[in-house]
Amino acid sequence: MATDTSDGKAVAQPVLRVSGLSKTYRRKGAGWQRSEVIVAAQDVAIEIFAGQTLALVGRSGSGKSTVARCVTRLEKPNSGQIWLEGTDIAQLDSRELRSLRPKLQMVFQDAATSMNPRFTAAEVIEEPLLIQKQADKSARRARAKKLMQEVGLSPQWADRSAMEFSGGQKQRLAIARALVLEPKLLVLDEALSGLDLSTEAQIANLLLDLQASHSLTYLLISHDLALVARLAETIAVMAKGKIVEQGPAAQVIANASHSETSALVASARAAQANLAALGVAL
Amino acid sequence: MKLPEPSSDALALVHKLSVTYEPDSGPPVRALDEASLEIQPGELVGILGESGSGKSTLGAALIRLLPSDARYDSGSVRFRGSDLLALSEPELRQIRGAEVALIPQDPALALNPVIKVGDQIAEVLHAHVRMTRRDGRLSVEALLAEVGFDQPRQIYHAYPHQLSGGQRQRVVIAQAMACRPALVIADEPTSKLDASLQAEILSLMRKIGQRHQTAFVLISHDPTVLAGFVDRIAVMYAGRVVEEGRTEDILRRPLHPYTQALVRLIGRYFPVAGTRTRFAAIEGEPPESTHRGVGCPFAPRCAEKMQVCTERDLQETRPQPSHRVSCFKYGN
Repeated sequence: MATDTSDGKAVAQPVLRVSGLSKTYRRKGAGWQRSEVIVAAQDVAIEIFAGQTLALVGRSGSGKSTVARCVTRLEKPNSGQIWLEGTDIAQLDSRELRSLRPKLQMVFQDAATSMNPRFTAAEVIEEPLLIQKQADKSARRARAKKLMQEVGLSPQWADRSAMEFSGGQKQRLAIARALVLEPKLLVLDEALSGLDLSTEAQIANLLLDLQASHSLTYLLISHDLALVARLAETIAVMAKGKIVEQGPAAQVIANASHSETSALVASARAAQANLAALGVAL
Repeated sequence: MKLPEPSSDALALVHKLSVTYEPDSGPPVRALDEASLEIQPGELVGILGESGSGKSTLGAALIRLLPSDARYDSGSVRFRGSDLLALSEPELRQIRGAEVALIPQDPALALNPVIKVGDQIAEVLHAHVRMTRRDGRLSVEALLAEVGFDQPRQIYHAYPHQLSGGQRQRVVIAQAMACRPALVIADEPTSKLDASLQAEILSLMRKIGQRHQTAFVLISHDPTVLAGFVDRIAVMYAGRVVEEGRTEDILRRPLHPYTQALVRLIGRYFPVAGTRTRFAAIEGEPPESTHRGVGCPFAPRCAEKMQVCTERDLQETRPQPSHRVSCFKYGN
């Protein structure tokens, strides 16, 4: 998206701009204990331009998934703005959100848990179209089959139960479903975690291909710095609910300034060290 | 129970084992197809392969711990020379836990949520060793200290949900090591953990294994996990061991095109940041069922496929005494 300025040049507007985002949870105390306020995200600011990828990395409990849940509005933030193209969606109600959903889709780890186990592959992909009351039955089926092809699943499997697919195939199915409404932004919350290296490589390549062919913008949530480093232009490191470091991927890795970033870089390098000790080089 | 004298010095030996799963719904799936593997006392061995290659089945078969819908079709499984497939369940129970132990992928599923973790470790001890409750508790505290807990007494009284994923995995390791087993099978023990915790848990397992001269079988899809841990790697595809050799040979000079492709996957650990370059990948998926037929099961995905690969029966060759491979490139 571009906005015209007075001198006639187009200035790019980010697909996603988050500013001042904060989210707290209240944990109820057991018995006599007082309830406790947990700050899961505090004053988080990120922006992603069209066709770009930002990776939000951190350990478990760092707050990265809270940000993902706020951006996708599975949670309502306590404060802050979430600009999706021109609209601040931070405080919208569910009815207002529904009309914006097509722009913003998500894929999680363990994709199967977000699928109706009775559905066939095609039904899984078509479900968002039904919810959005888009397209008739035959058009929906045609879209589903085309997407199966695009994500590397044979359209002949359209009527197979989604549960019969392997882990990697279910992840492909989840990606196809996320694409059926032709979104601008995909939020991928640990979408490559828990896969074996072989499947991970296939799905990562698929995400790169789809990003190019559908001009997608990605918000990647991951604990794995080595993996996201080559997928994302920008890396933001989270710890204890805050973004502690943010910048171009190569720069963040080469000149880690925060201890949390250094720790993530170190664990990414541990694997390299194991291999180097054996004289394995690439 | 007295075990017969071992026939060889192998601690555990799986010979040409074929296993079929017969689920209630759906067709039978052949998971092992004449797979062979030998573990020497104190040895650290890795099993490498994709999901669906049969590596977990082989690991569990080593201690005859396959689910009830598994059928042992042919071949043998020996532990200290005795035929595990011929033993009764009570006889097997004496071996499991005491002589062999399993560290599963997901510690959250392995632990009982309503029993204190210390009591769950003590349970293993009391099942195999006669000791007072007090001695049991002290042994458990010593075990918890050994796996790196600063305050073992407090951890003893914790419930699984009060611990983090990494702490739970430590508890499961303590439980596995409780009776000082001769063999531990660790099936993807770190794949559910953050990258930062993985290295920690692996080095802990290696340290404990070395201290007690425990043989370890580490199962993983990731060559780098095995690189820092094992002395020898068996590569599995379609229910068979398609290549086996010393770790440095398998990782530096892999022979089988499948092993070569698996080793190329480690490129993901050497990212050129921000470049969006494609990953080295093996296209396609392993076959669902692996009945031995004519030719090589990897041929459909193999970049070096020759005509012979789908025509003749595949034999194993040994380019070196310590290295075996099943591929037509190396004579057949």
